[in-house]
Amino acid sequence: MRELALNILDIAENSVKAKASLVVITIEAKNNLLTISISDNGTGMDKAFLQRVTDPFTTTRTTRKVGMGIPLFKEAAETTGGSFSIESELGVGTTVTASFVIDSIDRAPLGDVAESAVTLLREDMDFVWVYTVDNRSFTFDTREIKKELGGIPIDSPEIISFLKDMLKENIESINGGIIL
Amino acid sequence: MKSIADIKAIRDKMQARIVNRDNSDAEQETRIVVGMATCGIAAGARPVFNEFVDLVAEKGAHNVKVTRTGCLGMCKLEPIVEVFIPGEEKVTYVKVDPEKAKEIFNRHIIGGQVVTDYVIGEQ
Ligand SMILES: Nc1ncnc2c1ncn2[C@@H]1O[C@H](COP(=O)(O)OP(=O)(O)O)[C@@H](O)[C@H]1O
Ligand code: FES
Ligand SMILES: [Mg+2]
Repeated sequence: MRELALNILDIAENSVKAKASLVVITIEAKNNLLTISISDNGTGMDKAFLQRVTDPFTTTRTTRKVGMGIPLFKEAAETTGGSFSIESELGVGTTVTASFVIDSIDRAPLGDVAESAVTLLREDMDFVWVYTVDNRSFTFDTREIKKELGGIPIDSPEIISFLKDMLKENIESINGGIIL
Repeated sequence: MKSIADIKAIRDKMQARIVNRDNSDAEQETRIVVGMATCGIAAGARPVFNEFVDLVAEKGAHNVKVTRTGCLGMCKLEPIVEVFIPGEEKVTYVKVDPEKAKEIFNRHIIGGQVVTDYVIGEQ
């Protein structure tokens, strides 16, 4: 993947498949470390499956024999000298956490978080994005947005387009000139 | 800077439109579905999704919805886009990029003509 924002989208897709009703995504850049976590309240995985899930030959899908989303994300983190962990409990949910050492990546690694976030918007699931750089933070909570929308679907193209611009502006202001 | 407070104005505008349109419109919804599993994302599905959303929003195509779906089972042909127009057969476009998305939007969604060059099986 060219951007970590694309990996985030891919990992969050697992939460969609796991029928989560809430996914919390945190992105934090602090002290030369970029830490990303994706946490859901979906079906979860049992212990045996969880142990195999970082192995690229594990997947529940039938059209392709290898699952690659999680192994790709793990490898991306570990090649920067960062770390990766996944916790999961059947019937409770799953949390994936990866950290990246910023200095050891030559190009801006994160990419366009706003473009990723808006592709996930939907009526039957909520997302909370917490974006932090140093001590500046911005939270995007689709539950609050839906309250404001008063029944207008959050995935209407006009709304998606607006929210994308809103996210871009807020993220830029949190970045304060830093390109992540 | 745009904020959640701006949503009310957009909502009011959209609500007025929904009240005005007659009920048959609701059943005439066109759907553009973009495959967004690992292969799709890696092949460039995200900019394709965003291009369609921006085009629909810009052109005010109020009866068109853009949604994402998981794996469509044809990794090598990603990004894949399915177009569902009421009363017509599903059309599957493959190896779509933002430029092709623009063409598909203008010629097929707006113009009603399938862009056969990008349809599955035509490559
Ligand atoms: N958040 C999650 N909740 C439940 N199951 C998950 C979750 N994330 C991953 N899995 C399981 O692990 C498998 C492998 O995931 P992944 O590496 O992303 O590959 P893929 O999504 O292509 O199968 C998934 O098919 C799914 O069964
Ligand atoms: S796994 Fe490749 S398209 Fe689904
Ligand atoms: Mg996956």
